Amino acid sequence: MRELTFTEAAREGLAEEMARDPSVFVVGEGIGTRGGNFNTTAGLFERHGAERLRDTPITERGFTGLCTGAAMTGARPVVDYMFFDFALDALGELLNQTSKIQYMSDGRLRMPIVLRGCVGVGHSAATHHSGSYYPIFTNIPGFRVAVPTTPADAKGLLKTAIRSDDPVVFMEHRALLQTRGPVPDGDYLVPFGRAAVARAGSDVTVVGVAVMVQRAVAAAEVLAREGASIEVIDPRTLAPLDLDTILESVHKTGRLLIADESYGPCGIGAEIAAQVADRGFDDLDAPIRRLNGLHTPIPYSPPLEKAVAPDVEAVLRAIRDLRAE
Amino acid sequence: MATVSEVIPGLARERALALYREMLVIRRTEDALARAHAAGLVHGACHTYVGEEAVAVGVSAHLRPDDTVLSTHRGHGHALAKGMSPHALMAELFGRVTGCSHGRGGSMHLFAPEVGLLGTSGIVGPSILMATGAGYSYRLLGTDRVSVAFFGDGAVNNGAFHEGLNLAAIWRLPVLFVCENNLYATEVPFETVAGNPDVAARGVAYGLPSVRLDGNDVLAVHEAAGEAVRRARRGEGPTLLECRTYRTRAHSEGMRDAGYRTRDEVEAWKARCPIARWRDRLLGAGGVAPSDLDRIDQEVAALVREAAKFAEASPWPDPSTATRNVYTEPRETG
Repeated sequence: MRELTFTEAAREGLAEEMARDPSVFVVGEGIGTRGGNFNTTAGLFERHGAERLRDTPITERGFTGLCTGAAMTGARPVVDYMFFDFALDALGELLNQTSKIQYMSDGRLRMPIVLRGCVGVGHSAATHHSGSYYPIFTNIPGFRVAVPTTPADAKGLLKTAIRSDDPVVFMEHRALLQTRGPVPDGDYLVPFGRAAVARAGSDVTVVGVAVMVQRAVAAAEVLAREGASIEVIDPRTLAPLDLDTILESVHKTGRLLIADESYGPCGIGAEIAAQVADRGFDDLDAPIRRLNGLHTPIPYSPPLEKAVAPDVEAVLRAIRDLRAE
Repeated sequence: MATVSEVIPGLARERALALYREMLVIRRTEDALARAHAAGLVHGACHTYVGEEAVAVGVSAHLRPDDTVLSTHRGHGHALAKGMSPHALMAELFGRVTGCSHGRGGSMHLFAPEVGLLGTSGIVGPSILMATGAGYSYRLLGTDRVSVAFFGDGAVNNGAFHEGLNLAAIWRLPVLFVCENNLYATEVPFETVAGNPDVAARGVAYGLPSVRLDGNDVLAVHEAAGEAVRRARRGEGPTLLECRTYRTRAHSEGMRDAGYRTRDEVEAWKARCPIARWRDRLLGAGGVAPSDLDRIDQEVAALVREAAKFAEASPWPDPSTATRNVYTEPRETG
């Protein structure tokens, strides 16, 4: 199978959906002739023109509210925030309107909108360009939350997101954008709510979120040389969350670590731990462990930045500690 | 060019009477809701539109069923003018399953997409942005539909006003922005919180044709809105209407209506009642007899009595439906 980068694969998915459905349009800063800061729309302006690849003023609240209105009335907007931190200016619209319109109208209005942007620590991007906000959106009824980690999933989940009648938050970790991998040709869709087993194993289950899937796989490879068999689960979507796949894995391993670069308190790991404790308590041979980024805004200087996000070494330590329980 | 069927030059008799009837439907329904609130039948807030009827009616007279409206916490009048029945409105405030939002919304969250009401909102500002987006959609999809945002003077100092008007202007979207300047943002006098209290001038600053008018004069609203809707439908872009008006009841039923305005001021505005003014105008123009209007009064009174009975007799929503339609698609897991 041919290989593409994560960004190329997502762009292929977007291009296919725009060709398939003339009601799909993209808004964002520099997503027109420039093709997007992260090349999310490169080459599409020439095909579809300004009305469907709409360069905006720097007015996140404005174009988020606009796209919410457009999604209620027959269009399928894709909001490209570039960095998801910028979407925070639109939180009022997103949480009070975008996520609630379907409920408030009792299903008579639909909300087919995709809210995409880059997340995650790296590149000394510092406080306002490094946030990961998926726990916030996972907490709110009405949103679907997709966090792809492979090029194939970037394409397949984005296509599913664009066809969804629910609002979808689509978060792309910056450290993954240039990673390469096999990507199926043509109409390839990945359903929401189906986790992937990124690496099979039998001793410990590690649920990774975003870039932590890759770091967990790297740690698992090191531990394999020491004779330990680590299973890595990639939820792929946090809402809906495929708990069954996690429970099946824990049933086999008896040990669970949740690795997530974003914050621990009230986070994804807390939720997964609570649900596994509730439904899989008898399968557990050790306490559930979480590995999170430090609970702090993200600093700039490389040694500071490195200190706040868990690396492969941190995953290794966490797995070894859990095996020793 | 006047014809025999016109009571006022340019306005057909049938339309002139419909404007009267629509304003009266709003007034009588609001009166009934205020009584119902006092009687404990309305469970939450109740923001009435009494005194402002000419704005919703004058604008909506130009809208087709497939044109759409987004509105505010004070949205009963917009909903009725766009075609919602008083039955569905009253039942909603009574919390019944027959209400326009099936009991999910109450006074501030009215939905009736089947008549083009895309929602009222408990948050000040978003109607401006979502209506701008509906306009974007209508143009992208190649239709000549028109989108309307109603909002108050309170929204004019909110960022949504700035962002929405600018976006609509730069892309020449088919949107009508209708500011109901009732002089108070909740209970704060607009003039004390506006660096420039001339709302129409602010619209001009964003490149929009902007008109300030007497919002208690239904004919003035009707004329200005007609031109704005025609412009939007022709693809000539958005318009801002600043309609100066006044709410003569409290911000919300049961709230203390004192400490921010005088009784004299309220009485002076009551004397400018848009319905009484229109009645006088119609009778003065000839061609309409008092008995014509009295008959409408009786019909409307009967309609609203029937709506109140319907609402009170309607069933409650089934508690098992409390999470229905959070998502379109079934939850696959979790």
